[in-house]
Amino acid sequence: MAKRLSPGVHAGSMADIAFLLLIFFLVTTSIETDAGLDRMLPRMETPPPLIINERNILRISINDSDELLVEEERVDMGELRDIAIAFLDNGGAPPGNKGHCNYCEGLRKQESSDNPLEAVVLVTTVRATSYGGYITVQNELVAAYNHLRNREAQRRFGEDFTEMQAVYLNPETPEYIRASLREKIREIQGLFPLNLSEAEIK
Amino acid sequence: MSKFNKKKDGDLPAVSTASLPDIVFMLLFFFMTVTVMKDSTLKVENTLPNASEVKKLEKKDRIIYLYVGKPTREYQKVFGTESKIQLNDKFADVSDVGSYILQERAKKAQELQNVLTTALKVDKNANMGIISDIKQELRKVNALKVNYTTYEGDAFRNLQ
Repeated sequence: MAKRLSPGVHAGSMADIAFLLLIFFLVTTSIETDAGLDRMLPRMETPPPLIINERNILRISINDSDELLVEEERVDMGELRDIAIAFLDNGGAPPGNKGHCNYCEGLRKQESSDNPLEAVVLVTTVRATSYGGYITVQNELVAAYNHLRNREAQRRFGEDFTEMQAVYLNPETPEYIRASLREKIREIQGLFPLNLSEAEIK
Repeated sequence: MSKFNKKKDGDLPAVSTASLPDIVFMLLFFFMTVTVMKDSTLKVENTLPNASEVKKLEKKDRIIYLYVGKPTREYQKVFGTESKIQLNDKFADVSDVGSYILQERAKKAQELQNVLTTALKVDKNANMGIISDIKQELRKVNALKVNYTTYEGDAFRNLQ
């Protein structure tokens, strides 16, 4: 008795079907992962007016053609990062006084900021300032903070702050690593808090 | 008359295509896993600015998107060339932002409602006036966490 063989299924068209599916997914999806600059807006309730010493404020204004004015002086975008680092890292409060900054490595000028906790960077824009210019300024300021935070994290933990933060924010990092990182990140953020302020546009 | 037929020259065996579907399926699965569905068609120009100090936005379910930019060519006749806000699929006014955020927030799970981030996808040629209006609206509804979504790159390229 001859064994009956069922005819083989022709698999040639399977490739076509799979190609169709592939093309469908290529068209309807996108690969981009979003990245950007995180920022917290201030609350709506008006806080009691803070009295900040003028030396603790770095005033930056951007005009409608994306030109910078830092402390009433025209500067180039490229210089902003160094100016911000010098300002934040100044540590002008003399040793022994309240607010003396023992981890600052700046020039300790009297007319610049007392310590990084008090130092505030104030960014003013006009309505016609371009968003691109604004982001460049914000990016340079974050870069200045990251530079200082990295330096401090290197000294204390031998790691970069930005590196620790990236690992911490990665959802695949196991919880026990995150817990130890959280402490370190908090400590560094406490040393150089991100004090960026914005004046309202009139 | 020979017993062994000589093969004719150029008579190559056909390449088997049986494994082709497997290869294509592999590609398919690759794309299915690494990509995400587009959720809305853009009606505004959206060339994001560049920044180098970026943080990745993980967890898509915690993000509300706002698009701002000039209307694209086909909408310019109706809506002009001034920067507009796009919420979901339609153009909106600054005053609609607050209610949109509240509405989106209500859609999310209870435990996520306090950790939502608003991602501002703004064209680099938009002006700061509209951004600061949006920020005021966001403050009114207490959506304080924002992310200025950017491309990764040299920030000085924004200035040209």
